[in-house]
Amino acid sequence: MLSRTADHLYWMSRYIERAESLARLVDAHYRMSLLPHSGDTLTESLQATMTALHISEAYAAKHATIEPRAVFEFVSLDRDYSGSILSCLRAARENARAVRGSLTSELWVTLNSTWLDARVLAMRGSPGVDIGQFVEWVKERSHLTRGVTIGTMLRDEAFHFTRIGTFLERADSTARILTAHQIDLEPGADASAVPDPYQWSVLLRALSAFEVYRRVYRDVITPFKVAQLLILRDDMPRSLLRCCKEVYGNLKSVANEQSAETERRAGEMHAMLHFTRMEEITARGVPQFLETFLARLRDLGDRVAHDFLVPPAEA
Amino acid sequence: MYLAKDGGARSQYRRYSEWLAVQPADRLAQKRAEADALFHRVGITFAVYGQEEGAERLIPFDIVPRVLPQQEWLRLETGLKQRVSALNAFIHDIYHDQQILEAGVIPAEQVLCNSQYRPEMQGVDVQGGIYAHIAGIDIVRDDAGEFRVLEDNLRVPSGVSYMLENRKMMMRLFPELFSEHRIAPVDHYPDVLLDNLRSVAPTGVVDPTVVLLTAGAHNSAYFEHAFLAQQMGIELVEGQDLFVRDEAVFMRTTQGPQRVDVIYRRIDDDFLDPLVFRPDSMLGIPGLLTAYRAGRVTIANAIGTGVADDKSIYPYVPEMIRFYLGQAPIIANVHTWMLRRPEDQAYVLAHLPELVVKEVHGAGGYGMLIGPAASKAEIERFRHQIIATPERYIAQPTLALSTCPTFAAAGLAPRHIDLRPFVLSGRGREVTIVPGGLTRVALTEGSLVVNSSQGGGTKDTWVLEN
Repeated sequence: MLSRTADHLYWMSRYIERAESLARLVDAHYRMSLLPHSGDTLTESLQATMTALHISEAYAAKHATIEPRAVFEFVSLDRDYSGSILSCLRAARENARAVRGSLTSELWVTLNSTWLDARVLAMRGSPGVDIGQFVEWVKERSHLTRGVTIGTMLRDEAFHFTRIGTFLERADSTARILTAHQIDLEPGADASAVPDPYQWSVLLRALSAFEVYRRVYRDVITPFKVAQLLILRDDMPRSLLRCCKEVYGNLKSVANEQSAETERRAGEMHAMLHFTRMEEITARGVPQFLETFLARLRDLGDRVAHDFLVPPAEA
Repeated sequence: MYLAKDGGARSQYRRYSEWLAVQPADRLAQKRAEADALFHRVGITFAVYGQEEGAERLIPFDIVPRVLPQQEWLRLETGLKQRVSALNAFIHDIYHDQQILEAGVIPAEQVLCNSQYRPEMQGVDVQGGIYAHIAGIDIVRDDAGEFRVLEDNLRVPSGVSYMLENRKMMMRLFPELFSEHRIAPVDHYPDVLLDNLRSVAPTGVVDPTVVLLTAGAHNSAYFEHAFLAQQMGIELVEGQDLFVRDEAVFMRTTQGPQRVDVIYRRIDDDFLDPLVFRPDSMLGIPGLLTAYRAGRVTIANAIGTGVADDKSIYPYVPEMIRFYLGQAPIIANVHTWMLRRPEDQAYVLAHLPELVVKEVHGAGGYGMLIGPAASKAEIERFRHQIIATPERYIAQPTLALSTCPTFAAAGLAPRHIDLRPFVLSGRGREVTIVPGGLTRVALTEGSLVVNSSQGGGTKDTWVLEN
């Protein structure tokens, strides 16, 4: 297939996934804002999340202080901010439109309708929008898009590049959310200490992991197990291991003459996560581990662009 | 016209008007809303230049079809085949021996000094001798009800996707109409087009790779480009996806370079190759013309077809038919005054309020004076322009373009229409036309301009089978 087509498919799925990740984060914080006495924790959590996702600067250019409602509106519906959910939905649709001939008509209509409806919401103006409903809707549209992708697309290169985009973005998002929550697991720290319940519910809900955690561990929430679930569990759909496994598998299916090294590095990341124990990660420190992981993920993204897609210099 | 002289519906509309008479108004209104919503969802839109990025508009769709009886269509079809055969013969001749110029049938300077004449094409043999693989011929009816050709479009004619989508929409909205009428199908158009494109691949290529070259998602006809590529199962490429190496064209794929044999291009000559034509073009492929001249790639339509659809050449098409085919033209032209001729100019300047004046190189309904609808000031402005540069203009009578009932704000009303059938030519100069074409309709009362860029709409076109 055309490199440019692969590029558009890859970014189409990255943007939809990004919209969903943002929606999850807004949703988690929005719920928290409805609880009594959540004030300072909420602001702190928002601040940390915005830093990890590189949102702070753009937000600060428009708003002097961190007000939850203003943050929600900014992240959800700001038309000028290229990282808002609205902008992601537009970018996903623009990428899809550029290659609509390579999509199934169901997938195209899904992405097009999502954007048309989002635009109507945005035109009404953010003060009138029920944020809780909006992010719920974004999640549903993302689920629908993914379902239509899996349910209608031929399992060819187009499909694999779409999936690579989804899982690279998801790995990035999970790693950043973990970073924002400063999981403090220094060697010798009390791994069984019960942390701030607000913070953990935000983290787990943002990753659809709250119920999963209970199911898997049948235990109180501890930082150690949270990190284990979201980094090393193979059966957890948003864990780093799961995402790397999917990236590696899909990369193998599209291999070309120059992609051997990229494939090797993806395989290495997968193997590293697969054979690492949580104790080894905590021994080095979770933040350090996540920093290295994000750098390697970025490298992988660059390599995929170089080997298959439209390299940034040419685009 | 919808009504026969005795006031009843024309015979081909009789069954439809009986059906329409018993449709509740609210059902029709609901169907029209449904059509709009569907066109938006599916993204059957065209980009509007000069507006906010991503601004897209629907081309208004009218749910009343335009109906042609089989007899009329067969005559039209024969005439179109004749005309396009002569046009292809003309372009071949112009870029080879120029017999028609030698014979003095067309003044040589009309052709050789035309900005659409491409000296780069002189002596180049194109596959199968076909230049205009896809032609869109605009047809109107005159006062006497006779079909006439208003314009030939031999460069990158568009609109066929609306012909196909309008049919799909009508079948979806009113399936009962299709069981009551025998309507000739049109949905095999992409198959015929692909067959034709494959048939003109460079010699020796067994399984040719065909691509559709678009200017990109911001081009006004992008929907059509994506649609046709998908329907034919070929890659939709932009200039940046292609490159030329060793006089051959390749596309950049995820598995490395892949050879391209036939390019169905939907961008103008001027933008195809920055090394030869406009150097500032970002849409083209440097070196494409070298590969083309070497016969390593087919471009459809060929480079240089614009010389045959120019409005200054149009008046000579009937002569071409006589010259190359030795036949009398089956479909006549609309009478045309060439303003570079003094006697024509004198007549036109004396009759401006009754005539339509067109720029020779204009397209899309721009640069036009419609005398009966124009203000005094506009007429005077054109008068000055004509006197200053008469060679830039032609004039035609204001045709009583035929009308067809159309939904307007106040209900059904007559609106002016034209018809653009799509004429396909392949190897062996075999000419194919799917029955019908795109009917365009001027939605403003009394307006004669049907171009979508000027607020025109479209209708489904039915050719009835006996």
